[in-house]
Amino acid sequence: MDYLREHPDRVWELTRQHVELVAVTMFFAILIGVPLGIVITRLRWLEGPVIGTTGALYTVPSLALFAMMIPYTGLGRRTVVIALTLYSLLAIIRNTVAGIDGLPAATLDAARGMGMTGTQRLVMVELPLALPVIMAGVRLSVVAAIGIATIAALMGVGGLGRLIFDGISRLDSDRIIAGALAASVLALGADWSLALLGDLLRKDTRASRGWR
Amino acid sequence: MITLEHVSKVFTSGGQTVRAVDDVSLEVGAGELVVLIGPSGSGKTTTMRMINRLETPTGGRIIVDGRDVLTLDVVELRRRLGYVIQQGGLFPHFTVADNVAVVPRLLGWPRRKRRERAEELLALVGLPPERFADRFPRQLSGGQQQRVGVARALAADPPIILMDEPFGAVDPITRKQLQRELRRIQATVRKTIVFVTHDIAEAFLLGDRIVLMSEGRVVQDGTPADLLRHPADPFVTAFIGEDRGMRALHYTSLAELAAPAGEDAPSDGLALPGTMTVLEATRELGLRGATAGDGIWVTGDAGERIGHLPFHRLAAVLGETLAPEQSGPDPSASPEGEPSDGLPA
Repeated sequence: MDYLREHPDRVWELTRQHVELVAVTMFFAILIGVPLGIVITRLRWLEGPVIGTTGALYTVPSLALFAMMIPYTGLGRRTVVIALTLYSLLAIIRNTVAGIDGLPAATLDAARGMGMTGTQRLVMVELPLALPVIMAGVRLSVVAAIGIATIAALMGVGGLGRLIFDGISRLDSDRIIAGALAASVLALGADWSLALLGDLLRKDTRASRGWR
Repeated sequence: MITLEHVSKVFTSGGQTVRAVDDVSLEVGAGELVVLIGPSGSGKTTTMRMINRLETPTGGRIIVDGRDVLTLDVVELRRRLGYVIQQGGLFPHFTVADNVAVVPRLLGWPRRKRRERAEELLALVGLPPERFADRFPRQLSGGQQQRVGVARALAADPPIILMDEPFGAVDPITRKQLQRELRRIQATVRKTIVFVTHDIAEAFLLGDRIVLMSEGRVVQDGTPADLLRHPADPFVTAFIGEDRGMRALHYTSLAELAAPAGEDAPSDGLALPGTMTVLEATRELGLRGATAGDGIWVTGDAGERIGHLPFHRLAAVLGETLAPEQSGPDPSASPEGEPSDGLPA
């Protein structure tokens, strides 16, 4: 704990880098994953190939994935963001599909019968109702990405992994503990705040937003 | 006004073909409430869902207001047809008022007008808007959700409303109440309604006409009285069930039984309007106690005597209708499922 006490600025700076890395990753993962999940619910034959591919990617050890990508994308931020995005896709795609699949048939039937177009159904009914499940996928991905991103320090992109690897090379367990602790706290905090955000976005509770 | 001409629907799954609807023709006149009834698997729901194209017919034509539905834009068609389904199918993330105003919103009505319309309709279905408009569906009982479902179907004032077992998921007492409400509302709004149910009591209570289906075909299409008095085959008799006699009396009016008064008819006696049903007349007799004469004088609209119904004839009718039939229907022809008692399974 001494390291944390003596170098709060350093830990703070590395945490900031870590958060930024994960945030950029999640931006791309959601941007790709949610639409892909929606497309799967429309074009069912895509489910096997897409889930299969992202599932297979998920099983590749992160260090190996980084190493394999270096010849193509270089050593650095780009490689890390791409790799983390690939890892995050599985949970987001799968939960988007599950969220939309799990909607009550009567609700969807009503939406069709009322005369909603496909887009209106998606925007007014399917996505808002599937949101809690999609958010659960995002939370899962964020927690995993925060963990994997520590390894990305090897790629020279900073983040809390730096403390851990520095600690290993200097045989300084204090740094290792500081890095690991900060990463864990970050993961827990992210999970918790996303859960809170998810609750705020839910509209089927008493928290009425009034007439839209 | 809806016309179905030789409509069929064949489902194919796993190499097997199922004729869900087999050459169904029927007509629903403007302002008429037609009930499609039958055991599960009889094709009644599929038949209804083809009207708003939730299913596509594999044969025949469906004409709504003079136009083949397949030539219409499907989204536009559905917005012109009100639609009520079991358990309401309300959107859980919309308030009650938002739910009611879905179609107006799709049609681009201004916010204010939508709100006004929603409040007006909530009041019509017996949910005071000041208490219910801003609640969410999950805060409502099943019966209340169903009322919202009906209000939603009425929102854009469509001339035609399709109702798919709308009261199937509520308790029997609430259901009775909703049925009475629907009759009251229908008396005010006079919509053309296609109503799917498997509850025979509901069919008789609500239907101007009843279309009984089995295995994708129409077995009988007629007024409630037609089905009761002239069942097309043993299946109809069996489906209508044991209460048939009682129901028949409910649909038999004195005017139908009264004969022109013979020479021997007494000039005094109880006079009852010809529109009164046999059941009501017997209750009336019970209330009045002893009456003069040996029968009932049946009167027309202006109170003039249109015929005489001797007590012995009334008794004969009651006996014939209520006594178990001698040449009764083959009991093996009973419909699968036990849909006729009005209680949820």
